[in-house]
Amino acid sequence: MSGTAVSTLDQAMSPAESRLSHRASRHIKEKIIESVLFLAALVSVFTTLGIVYILVSESVVFFSHVPLWDFLTDKQWTPLFDDAHFGIMVLLSGTLVSSGVALLVAIPLGTVIAVFLSEFAGPRLREIVKPMLELLSGVPTIVYGYFALLFVTPLLQRFMPELPGFNLLSAGLVMGIMIIPTVSSIAEDAMRAVPMNLREGSYAMGATRLQTALKVVVPAAFSGIMAAYILGISRAVGETMILAVAAGMQPNLTWNPLEPAATITAFIVQVALGDLPHGSVGYQTIFAAGLTLMLMTLVFNILGYWLRKKYREQY
Amino acid sequence: MALQSPAEIRALIANHKRWDIVFGVIGIVCLAICLMTFVTLFVDMLIDGYARLRPEFFTEFPSRRAGQAGILSAWIGTTMVMIVTAAVAVPLGVAAGIYLEEYAPGNWMTDVIEINISNLAGVPSIVYGLLALGLFVYQFGLGQSVATAGLTLALLILPVVIVATRESIRAIPGAIREAAYALGATKWQVVQGHILPYSTGGILTGVIIGMARAIGETAPIITVGALTFIAFLPPSPVTTEPPFLSFEWLMSPFTVMPIQIFNWTSRPDPAFQANAAAAGFILVFMTLAMNGLAIWLRYRIRRNIKW
Repeated sequence: MSGTAVSTLDQAMSPAESRLSHRASRHIKEKIIESVLFLAALVSVFTTLGIVYILVSESVVFFSHVPLWDFLTDKQWTPLFDDAHFGIMVLLSGTLVSSGVALLVAIPLGTVIAVFLSEFAGPRLREIVKPMLELLSGVPTIVYGYFALLFVTPLLQRFMPELPGFNLLSAGLVMGIMIIPTVSSIAEDAMRAVPMNLREGSYAMGATRLQTALKVVVPAAFSGIMAAYILGISRAVGETMILAVAAGMQPNLTWNPLEPAATITAFIVQVALGDLPHGSVGYQTIFAAGLTLMLMTLVFNILGYWLRKKYREQY
Repeated sequence: MALQSPAEIRALIANHKRWDIVFGVIGIVCLAICLMTFVTLFVDMLIDGYARLRPEFFTEFPSRRAGQAGILSAWIGTTMVMIVTAAVAVPLGVAAGIYLEEYAPGNWMTDVIEINISNLAGVPSIVYGLLALGLFVYQFGLGQSVATAGLTLALLILPVVIVATRESIRAIPGAIREAAYALGATKWQVVQGHILPYSTGGILTGVIIGMARAIGETAPIITVGALTFIAFLPPSPVTTEPPFLSFEWLMSPFTVMPIQIFNWTSRPDPAFQANAAAAGFILVFMTLAMNGLAIWLRYRIRRNIKW
């Protein structure tokens, strides 16, 4: 391609001269391109720095109004009232209860599906099922919210007539279904990374498929499976729209999934829907709430990353 | 153990084999629960919203009367936001992916970038909304505009595009690079002439999956403060006067499909909820179509490319 360009240059200048100048311009162009690509890669670092800067700088202002101790121990969350209380525990309870319900669904089902797909299903079934599970995780969360509020809740109310229209249970159940693909696909990857000779050894001893799966493959892939659970938890904690739609936006310090309660994420949505003046304490609460959320998911993500790295190095 | 009779051993083996079958059934039941939920969701939306799925639904503005409300401003808003998202996320993501695979030296800076990207992929989407609210809306003064939403979603899907780019570049055998270098090509010539063309399919798959995610994202856009009741369209990007192109639409207020659905879902009137179901069905259909396209592309690439 560049061969013709070089030969026309050669005719104009002496061979050595042309080659040198050509090489120099090539060098500059290469350097420029490399720097541009490097800057593009740095954008992700700037995004993280931006997130940390915004959350911390707004939270610092917030914590100059509200002592950190009150934030962590107060049992009321009424940031928009005259008698303002800022007890993050109230929102945290909603987040923990709904995530708990979701995990009670996602962990058993996700694990069983992962074991089934990795150890029992033939390659053809796997080829069909895996993309379908991927589609399941691609459904917009607002649609899951609609489904939880207007399908799952009425369904549950047939069995539990006293269940309120907004409740953590239906939101948690739907959220659990939503994160099954995340859990099952990472857990399955971990199990398939277990070397075949471990399985063969087990079969040679006369173990059945199930015995091999539960006593050899699952323990060998344990840290990878834990990583799958942790990423599932971190998705549940950060989930917003299902909860904002189906669990209500009323702050409520409760451990009962049958009640309505706001989560950290639902609170941020609620404030954002209203028209808070920029710079007010109410405006800054969402950044403090966001910082709490970010710290929680960060811990889970680091733990998951560490576990996955560990199982990768094992064999 | 040694004293067991053959009959007892046979019974033991039969018992263990029975458990194999039991677990297989449990596995299929679990899978069925997942897939049935999905089918139920799809059918439920279709039944609830079927009456509203008429051509007028696409050409009407939202209205106080549920029967006359449509999604015109929502789908046009979604289209505009997606154009900004793609225009920002695709070049940035592909460039970052190329840098990390082909250029990056193995030093601490590269490690920082890599860990950072995998960490960003796990940040809840609403946190991106807070970033956009603090940075784009107030510090950059972009306001609650199409540009803000597009940039926010672009940052959100950037990790998806980068990871897809890297994976499809990594699948190209080293011999291809070596052959090009042996002929005197520079790094960029190798990238431009070989790496990019061979990885286009894989990158496209990742971009489509990322866009399918962005199209359904609600939380970050609500956090930015997008209005929910928009009964007008952003200014047209094409004008009749020279230079015939206008970028005013970038700074226009907007609404998108997920926000319109949220707004209709949170009203107690069932007539509005039927609108939400209809719009939700369209949104699910769009994300399904995009994901399906991506899966099909990936399958085709895997089958056709044999190095």
